[in-house]
Amino acid sequence: MTTLESALGASTARLEGRAKVSGTARYAAEYASEGALYAWPVPAGIARGEVTAVHTDAAMADPAVLVVLTHDNAPRLRPVEDRTLALLQSPHVAHRGQYVALAVATSLEAARAAAAAVLVQYKADHHDVVLTEDHPGLYAPEEIDGLWPGTREHGDFGGAYAAAEIRTDAVYTIPPLHNHPMEPHAATAVWDGDALTVYDSNQGSTAVQHTLAQLFGIDAGQVRVVSEHVGGGFGSKGTPRPNVVLAAMAARAVDRPVKLAVPRNHMPAVVGHRAPTIQRIRIGAGSDGRIRALAHEVVTCTSTVGHFVEPAALPSRMMYTAPNSRTSHRVTRLDIPAPSWMRAPGECPGMFALESAIDELADICGLDPVELRIRNDTEVEPDSGLPFSSRHLVECLQEGARRFGWHERDRRPGIRREGRLLIGSGVASSMYPVIIFPSCAAAHADPDGQYRVRVNATDIGTGARTVLAQIAADALAAPLGRVHISIGSSDLPEAPLAGGSSGTASWGWAVHNACAQVRELVERSGGSVPAGGLSASADTTEDIKSGQEYARCAFGAQFAEVQVDTDTGEVRVRRLTGVFAAGRILNPRTARSQFIGAMTMGLSMALMEASTMDPEFGDHAERDFASYHVAACADLPAIEAHWIGEEDPHLNPMGSKGIGEIGIVGTAAAIANAVHHATGVRVRTLPIRPDALLPHFAHFA
Amino acid sequence: MGTTTAVTMEINAESCALDLDNRTTLLDALREHLGLTGTKKGCDHGQCGACTVLVDGLRMNSCLLLAVALDGAQVTTVEGLSSDAVLHPVQQAFIDHDAFQCGYCTPGQICSAVGAITEAASGWPSAATAQERPVGSVALTEAEIRERMSGNLCRCGAYVNIVSAVAEAAEAAREAGR
Ligand code: FES
Ligand code: FES
Repeated sequence: MTTLESALGASTARLEGRAKVSGTARYAAEYASEGALYAWPVPAGIARGEVTAVHTDAAMADPAVLVVLTHDNAPRLRPVEDRTLALLQSPHVAHRGQYVALAVATSLEAARAAAAAVLVQYKADHHDVVLTEDHPGLYAPEEIDGLWPGTREHGDFGGAYAAAEIRTDAVYTIPPLHNHPMEPHAATAVWDGDALTVYDSNQGSTAVQHTLAQLFGIDAGQVRVVSEHVGGGFGSKGTPRPNVVLAAMAARAVDRPVKLAVPRNHMPAVVGHRAPTIQRIRIGAGSDGRIRALAHEVVTCTSTVGHFVEPAALPSRMMYTAPNSRTSHRVTRLDIPAPSWMRAPGECPGMFALESAIDELADICGLDPVELRIRNDTEVEPDSGLPFSSRHLVECLQEGARRFGWHERDRRPGIRREGRLLIGSGVASSMYPVIIFPSCAAAHADPDGQYRVRVNATDIGTGARTVLAQIAADALAAPLGRVHISIGSSDLPEAPLAGGSSGTASWGWAVHNACAQVRELVERSGGSVPAGGLSASADTTEDIKSGQEYARCAFGAQFAEVQVDTDTGEVRVRRLTGVFAAGRILNPRTARSQFIGAMTMGLSMALMEASTMDPEFGDHAERDFASYHVAACADLPAIEAHWIGEEDPHLNPMGSKGIGEIGIVGTAAAIANAVHHATGVRVRTLPIRPDALLPHFAHFA
Repeated sequence: MGTTTAVTMEINAESCALDLDNRTTLLDALREHLGLTGTKKGCDHGQCGACTVLVDGLRMNSCLLLAVALDGAQVTTVEGLSSDAVLHPVQQAFIDHDAFQCGYCTPGQICSAVGAITEAASGWPSAATAQERPVGSVALTEAEIRERMSGNLCRCGAYVNIVSAVAEAAEAAREAGR
């Protein structure tokens, strides 16, 4: 008898790899539809006010243009919770870049030219778009993203801070950041009577299906959403976006299929962004580095059309012992594009601040920052008081330090020179909570020994398709080659979005359950499958309630080595090493890509990415890749990602924690801490560009 | 208003006669007129490299080329790199090194890598090439690959694996060329 090697934990290559490298994988704007038209949206040119007239004569002069939709003639939509989807429904303008018209034509060129020829007149109101620390509109929200309370207090922060031997107090700021997945948000919409099919680029087509049904007042059963391949999302495709709603509206209006891809330079205004944060952190500690008091106070902004609050103080509720703590958020509503999810909302910006502050504390205490973190490790989550189901932060720090060669490090800043370069290294912790949503899945065994597994998961580049097939093969005790997995269509059993690093755990749990049942059915029928096959389905709504008596979180540690040019102020990362403890790693090959990909985005955030709110016009000034810089190949050093084995029985049948986001958490702090070690200059505002450092190098000249 | 012009190109070794709006880019001609959607549109402004194809053997951003100006040109897209179900060595290396995630930048990366390998073999220098370089081909070190591949953005952050994939394919091409 041959034993089957478990498919789980194998470095299986992506199932769609061949399609992706040969150009046959189809994305949302790539479905040929007979007679398809092209739509091109028109963004508002003011930040707040009313559209008073839309002149379309010039645009309509080209016979290739079929219609220009405006709030006067666009199909009416039913209200939905996300008000950014109430497109072309009223003359009100809530932010610059909001869509106010849509040109539809027989060619892309004609649609683009028509959109440019539409003349919109406005009555502009005064707008308010710039976040300041003392903005008069700031208030404390009850809830922040994730439905967490906005403010939490434990013990007596004020008293403990005042009494502490050592105190730090600093403010860290992060500018607005843009997700910019490489595939712009796109959709192709086709109506057949009252039935709607859309090919859409999103992170979860079940939600798109239900939202479209609501908007158009039809049954969810009449809406089919296909999202077979998605060119990245990083949070910005987590909810339905204007692309799919406008394509469907236009297709309905002209009764022909319509394609729409959001132009790259419109994206910052219509697909969400990471809101800027101003974060004050105060730590009171003993001279032994043990934290007695911690306050993490976040100031941020949201829009008038949504109420997303970046939950940046969350990590301070989970990371370190802090018997006396205050974590709070204050937010103001501005006339800006609606902020939303961007990779690790909350954890990513919050950990830049917290992990920088921890480095500052280590510096003042004269302690090694790895050691200081170890001294403040905790078995229970400080905020909830719940025990961690597993927490291997210390092991990650130690293993990372060993691999990186941390122990040879001289703690003194600003003393390592190589010609005109200053060299330094830094460390930061990573964390990301375990999130699991209910999911359905179905599995079917055919008499010929093949298995079909169905779940409406979305592969935005994570390798979801592959890992779900592995989970299925494992639960079926079948070779991977006999498992045929279908994802990426709302025809399949309902499933949650690819977001919050929840996908593999949520979908995988349902896939595991359905497959385990099928395996049992096959065994019960004596190992043979009858002519009609054997089927089972699963819904994990009840299952996922287990394990909630624990705080569940993945942890990690990142180490960076940088060189800083004293002539130019340029920072370059030489090495970046991450070690993570994220439960069982189900596919080392794709997991490693997730970790290093997110660390790459973290490096990009640390050194390059920045958007500026233009106070005059009320929009982000950096809207394309020429002005909004993201890391390119030459910016990247050798990045290493490792993990430590972690057995945790309180997660899900696979024993996995989410891995899509943790890699971007802590990277920027590790790099900023390394810059401090190299230069002695503490940069508390991202990104770290030459202008922040050069003034300090005058004495080198 | 659209004025059209007749243009004939050889695309993936097939002659294609088209009557195109003068404003049509090569990228849109491929994607919207010929069904060759393997070439991607990331920015439409020459800033991301997702639309990279080979025109007369050289890599170019197809979103910056007007199709009607390319009469007689030979264009190779990602679909034209493999033949008879055998992947091009660069395509295979991308799979072997997991050099992509979402796959949207990938066709551009692959065409760019094919172009870069040819350019280096022909002795074209880059910013990473030493000024006192020997005559003949330029060896594709990791620094050379990083520099030469920097016109192709990857938001998924697959660069580390892209560099190793290109290095392997370049080495294989060098061996084969001996
Ligand atoms: S689409 Fe051509 S360079 Fe971005
Ligand atoms: S693989 Fe997603 S952008 Fe490169």
